[in-house]
Amino acid sequence: MKREPFQNFSGIAAPLPLKNINMDAIIPAPYLRTADADLAHGLFALWRYDDQGHEIADFILNRPAFRNATILFGGENFGCGSSREAAAWALKRFGIRAVFAPSFADIFYENAFRNGLLAGIITHETLAHALALISDNPAKASFAIDLSNITLTGHDGQKLPFTVPDFRREALLRGDDDIATTLRCADNIDAFMAHDRLNRPWIYETGMTP
Amino acid sequence: MSDRTLFGKIWDLHRIRSMGEGRDLIFVDRHILQETTCAAAFRGLQEAHRPVRCPTLTCATQDHIVSTELNRNAASNRGGRELISLMAKNAAAHNIRLFGLDDPRQGIVHVIGPELGLVLPGSIVACGDSHTSTAGGLGALGIGVGTSEVEHILATQTLVLPRPKTLRMSFEGKAGLGVTAKDIVLHALGTFGIAVGTGHAIEYAGPAIRALPVEGRLTICNMSIELGARLGLIAPDDATFAYIKGRPYAPQGALWESALASWQTLRTDDDARFDRELSLDISKAAPQITWGTTQEDVIGVDQALPDPSHITDHDRRERAVAMLDYMGLTPGRPIEGTPVDIVFIGSCTNARLSDLEAAAAIVRGKHVAPHVRALVVPGSSQVKRDAEHKGLDKIFTEAGFEWRSAGCSMCVSINEDIVPPGARCIATSNRNFENRQGPRARTHLASPAMAAAAAIAGGIADVRRFA
Ligand code: SF4
Repeated sequence: MKREPFQNFSGIAAPLPLKNINMDAIIPAPYLRTADADLAHGLFALWRYDDQGHEIADFILNRPAFRNATILFGGENFGCGSSREAAAWALKRFGIRAVFAPSFADIFYENAFRNGLLAGIITHETLAHALALISDNPAKASFAIDLSNITLTGHDGQKLPFTVPDFRREALLRGDDDIATTLRCADNIDAFMAHDRLNRPWIYETGMTP
Repeated sequence: MSDRTLFGKIWDLHRIRSMGEGRDLIFVDRHILQETTCAAAFRGLQEAHRPVRCPTLTCATQDHIVSTELNRNAASNRGGRELISLMAKNAAAHNIRLFGLDDPRQGIVHVIGPELGLVLPGSIVACGDSHTSTAGGLGALGIGVGTSEVEHILATQTLVLPRPKTLRMSFEGKAGLGVTAKDIVLHALGTFGIAVGTGHAIEYAGPAIRALPVEGRLTICNMSIELGARLGLIAPDDATFAYIKGRPYAPQGALWESALASWQTLRTDDDARFDRELSLDISKAAPQITWGTTQEDVIGVDQALPDPSHITDHDRRERAVAMLDYMGLTPGRPIEGTPVDIVFIGSCTNARLSDLEAAAAIVRGKHVAPHVRALVVPGSSQVKRDAEHKGLDKIFTEAGFEWRSAGCSMCVSINEDIVPPGARCIATSNRNFENRQGPRARTHLASPAMAAAAAIAGGIADVRRFA
């Protein structure tokens, strides 16, 4: 499927600079129970709501200034834990379009891009700078993201760099779907299998039918 | 060439072509589906009118959301029914073998993969679940993927992945009394941390790994994810081949002979270079138990809880304070003796027959402490039958344990098996994150024998006293 190409944008950035924010925190397991759960509601659910389901007022995404955040600043090893892709979906459904952190867990990192979510790697200094801008003036927590030039800019106007591999960036900008790209190599796959079947017949003769 | 790593050999064997930017198009030999990560993938295929490329290399099981009631049926676990029936429909529509709720071969995907002979040395196995790394215990590359990749594999039987770097983790020394595979990997987590493997494929090596039985190697590789890696593997040897021989989907006859000849070449060459090398002497390690809310927050059961006032690094101190508070623990006190409410023996880390045997050996003839709820949840329906055949179910139930049907159960709290708020659980699973086993649940990870000892003692106990 073709996705919407990623456009440069400006949006509110919510700071959540904890280390090791894991998938269970991003989207708790109960939201994985049905095919059509409200993932936007589930994002950080156990941090956002109390036992009665009421909002916890001082959680960052519940604070008036950050309710409409489209950018998230996270700490090291963001998205560690399980492989649940619903973490990327929940962030997107909530409205988050870009996450910046000093490092990401492997699986989350790939899931993010695959779902059109920008996962930008920033230095600890950049993170500290961005956090200071936000805490200085929460009413001005807006950042401009320029994916073509790989910068983000806060209210002080300083262009902060981030890191994103070229091929990820291009795929985001083009709105490419992975399967279509791979199916362009169908001939390579067929040739590989024809040859491999002779070398490793035990892989193919599985007898696995319903 | 005589300078290649085991990982490199397997990767290269599956590499169809480069896709640029350091990424390779990789062939997937076995794709196993589980019910919580494939519904959207099938929907995507349908919308794009794409067929499943290789249905005979694909199979499916139901494990995460299923009820683990002893005599479960279609009416059990209301909450899971939708995904369970959706998967059955999708599997039937695409001619995929389903080891469903009522199939004798049903079980946790990472338990049935090795058990059914679906996981073979030198193969690449993928599944929409991070602990697919378990397959590395048989010398396979087990790759955990997300739902989009599940769809990608269904449509193409391939993955596009950056080639990971390599890390060899060597374990020296001989394991002491009460120290199992689980303790070894927890000790590695305590020593190297939960991010050490990020971007790497880990090869576990050294005498302490060689000495492990095959099921212990599965436990080690299972927790590669906890070490931050996507992949972990152990070179196969005669014990591995003996383990696989005769399993339902393992090659037979002439196919077995040619497979075996190929598998015997699966090892890292003497001159191979790794991007990173680490080693750890395990001979002094005590049985391990986690105290915090990541897996690196682990100590020997004979040690005291950390005291944040002795931690100089500000961030670490703050984190320790928060974790001790969440866990309801007193700084500086011995961890042994901390009362527990729930004991969970199960999960893809530690619910194979040998795990249940180790727990039963501690439990036999004793009784669970009165205030403790203790559960044993076999990793697969086959493990359950084998255990019952050996009378383990009797040992557990006579001691006051619940004996349940196979599934992920209390590892992930996605069915009805949930740790109540604030309750303390000693679990043989792999994740101790906040709220993982239920809102505000407090989880301590340990081996099956340690969990069994805690059930009997009513609190965290040093299993060596039970030997
Ligand atoms: S037992 Fe736990 S870790 Fe293993 S597959 Fe199931 S939910 Fe995941």
